[in-house]
Amino acid sequence: MTNITINGRTVTVSADDDTPLLWVLRDEVGLTGTKFGCGVGACGACTVHIDGKAVRSCITPVSAVKGKVTTIEGLDPAGAHPVQTAWKAVQVPQCGYCQSGQIMQAAALLKQTPKPTDKEIDAAMTGNLCRCMTYTRIRTAIKQAAEPKAPAKAPATTGEKQ
Amino acid sequence: MGKLFSADEPVSVLSRRGFLVTSTGAALAFGFLSNADAAVDPGAKGGVPAKLTGPTFDPTIWFSMGADGTVAVNIIRAELGQHVGTALARILADELEVQWSKVKIVHVDSDPKWGLMVTGGSWSVWQTWPLFSRAGAAGRIALIEAGAKLLGVKPETCKARDGVVSSGKKTITYAEIIKKGKLTKTYTPEELDKLPIKPVAERRLVGKPVKSLDIPAKVNGTAIYGIDAKVPGMVYGRPVIPPTRNSSKVNSVDDSAAKKVKGYLQHVVINDPSNTVPGWVVAIAETYPAAIKAADLIKVDWTNGPAAKVSEKDIQDHASALIDDQSKGGILDTGGGDTAAAFTAAKSTLEATYTTATVLHFQMEPLNALAFEKDGVMEIHTGNQWQSLILPTLATALGMPENKIVMRTYIVGGGFGRRLNGDYAVPAALASKAIGKPVKLVFTRADDVRFDSPRSPSVQKLRMAFDGANKVTAMEHSACAGWPTEILAPGFMPKGTNGVAYDPFAIAGADHWYSVGAQKVRAISNDLANTTFRPGWLRSVGPGWTNWAVESFIDEAAHKLKMDPVEFRLMLLTGEGRNKGGTNLTDVGGAKRQAEVVRRAAKLGGWGTKMPADTGLGIATTFGQERDMPTWVSCVARVHVARDTGVVKLEKLSLVADCGAVVDPDGARSQMEGASLWGVSMALHEGTEFVNGQVKATNLGPYTPLRMNDVPALDIAFVTSDQPPVGLGEPATTVVGPAIGNAIYNAVGARLRHIPITPAAVKAALAKT
Repeated sequence: MTNITINGRTVTVSADDDTPLLWVLRDEVGLTGTKFGCGVGACGACTVHIDGKAVRSCITPVSAVKGKVTTIEGLDPAGAHPVQTAWKAVQVPQCGYCQSGQIMQAAALLKQTPKPTDKEIDAAMTGNLCRCMTYTRIRTAIKQAAEPKAPAKAPATTGEKQ
Repeated sequence: MGKLFSADEPVSVLSRRGFLVTSTGAALAFGFLSNADAAVDPGAKGGVPAKLTGPTFDPTIWFSMGADGTVAVNIIRAELGQHVGTALARILADELEVQWSKVKIVHVDSDPKWGLMVTGGSWSVWQTWPLFSRAGAAGRIALIEAGAKLLGVKPETCKARDGVVSSGKKTITYAEIIKKGKLTKTYTPEELDKLPIKPVAERRLVGKPVKSLDIPAKVNGTAIYGIDAKVPGMVYGRPVIPPTRNSSKVNSVDDSAAKKVKGYLQHVVINDPSNTVPGWVVAIAETYPAAIKAADLIKVDWTNGPAAKVSEKDIQDHASALIDDQSKGGILDTGGGDTAAAFTAAKSTLEATYTTATVLHFQMEPLNALAFEKDGVMEIHTGNQWQSLILPTLATALGMPENKIVMRTYIVGGGFGRRLNGDYAVPAALASKAIGKPVKLVFTRADDVRFDSPRSPSVQKLRMAFDGANKVTAMEHSACAGWPTEILAPGFMPKGTNGVAYDPFAIAGADHWYSVGAQKVRAISNDLANTTFRPGWLRSVGPGWTNWAVESFIDEAAHKLKMDPVEFRLMLLTGEGRNKGGTNLTDVGGAKRQAEVVRRAAKLGGWGTKMPADTGLGIATTFGQERDMPTWVSCVARVHVARDTGVVKLEKLSLVADCGAVVDPDGARSQMEGASLWGVSMALHEGTEFVNGQVKATNLGPYTPLRMNDVPALDIAFVTSDQPPVGLGEPATTVVGPAIGNAIYNAVGARLRHIPITPAAVKAALAKT
């Protein structure tokens, strides 16, 4: 039995110590917003925060969790974290399966680096695979979230009539 | 073409065809049922659709209106990230003349009454346009008639806008009309067929910006995918995948080590009369982590299928041998012409061979299915793209009639064609049947990859003949690959002019719109590929490899003639003869529309401007997926090649598409973005190979799809058009690879004829320059 704090709530977990946090979140606690993608920490779909830092929950044994866990469901009580708001404004998701992880990764980036450069975005986000290839919009949305007061920017467009 | 349907055919025919395929329940073809067992409303909390408040108005099966004016539009297409429900509902709501805020979308469960349930081929908008336009119009006309009666006026004096019928100053809302409860008007298929479709210019929702209805749930963790499905009492399963995809046989199973795993329950040797998963064992456990561990510890003794030693090279060598045997393959009807005579008479010829590697779907959500029997019905909860195809297989596997099997609908965490093949539902259903409990079968990533139906590797040989004036007089294209349609849906294979059936989806693209004189296109099935694995339809299917060959070759021909590649293409896109178009509603304009996107892409991409050292532009153009449904696309790629390392830096893609009327502008753009970057990924970043009958790369690390840091700048434009809309999910994928290859040639003079393009291949090609 392990006690962990998830989205501000203390949860007693019965899973074995070596059980990845991912499956505890999804199957024991019922927070299915965090996704299973590769199981080896290489796609980022399972990204959650532990004490505000982005962590791959699929390779984190539940016994190794010492800090406070935040999942996509707990990022903002109203689902209106600046990153989520930007994601909606820019219409980032396609299938959406990787997007919980992308959003958690981006939120952690902006916490540490409020105004990231393109290189910093690359460095932070390249570990998160998006198979629908929404990368251009992810970048746009991160920049928009970094400056939430700026007017919403449409994706790069060329005029319909040339 | 072995198309499944045509957008030009009347609605009733579409339905009948659907029933031919699904084989049951034809009497319900246009039953007027209310919203049935609806599974998913991606805009509703938890995905559960709210019931409409009565009385309801149900003029066709495609939508219902509640007494508060809410419109629930039934969507039979899977939501895979294309925001398909939003686009399709816009078409219907536009003709119905309702406020968009009143519209909800409902992704329905499988039922014979829907006809053919398939989400692929970039067909959804194209095929649904006439159907939903008329369904919406039917509702509007019925509401106007009923409204006129209630207002005491003649229907001809009325118009409908935003859910209100008005005649002069008299008005009544749709909700009020429905509340009166006297609306019983229904339409026969023949009546529906006769309804006119609004001109695009009169559309009020189509073509206007809209936020996709499925997106809010995808940013807060509440969207429910197949992998999130659960029912009380379910246990978890993980497959133990046999060494060969086909013809494996279980001799014995030793699970003594697995028994030490806490939560392990048992193993099941899958007995599959449908032969979908031969030689499968499933580990069953109380939790998924326990199932993962147990499956690793279960020792199975198998008899392998014959492909246990097959390599990628074996498959490709076999393809080359088949191509060289002129008796092999189906010949497409490309308008005839004697290519042999033309080549004999030719002043000069050009010949080249192009190859492509095995590609994995690697959709983000690993395969999964939850299956259980309830009240004599086998329920299968999973994301799927072609319910109508797998249901008969499930019926065979389970020994149950098809009408006792329901596939419940979930949001799909990436399709790209993987879920057109519903094979993964079979072991889940059989495991559940065997143990009498709900089984949630989840594949680990490596399981998913080993059980993929990958894009087959391909070999293609192209030849072109020229006369003394450098005019193109003939072209031959022979393409050999594993054929998804032969393995998974052979009923959809048409016969060639020589009587040999071929997979239309594995050759489309070779039957291009260039006027090249005599033309011969030969499609050859690679039987070694087909027995080694089950080839899959993967985003853009055949056009994803045929155009790698066609568009690289056209470029080579231009350079041979010392012509500008843009000018050369325009010279061949004459729009004459069979390339004139106008054989159906969606190919109007023919090759002239393709020429126009070439001109625009060249302009957009800065064709002809001076480039820095080792930097070049390359152009390519295609008609997307099928001649019957051309989506005209063109792309200019800009690359820089590092001569010392062979690394290709893709700097920018400029893309122009003519897809007819754009229904959902932002959705269309996002499909172009995703599809073009898939093209990038397959051209420069991803691919694997068969080793000992299995794909070599089974997870990220060895498998390297495109990531954020390698994404080029994208400049995307659409041609403004009032032609009927065609598909956009795949066409952009088909142009990018050859545009990159051609750009590399223009940058450094190295010609690449295999994708993915590796730095080593670039260096090798540079050494030959």
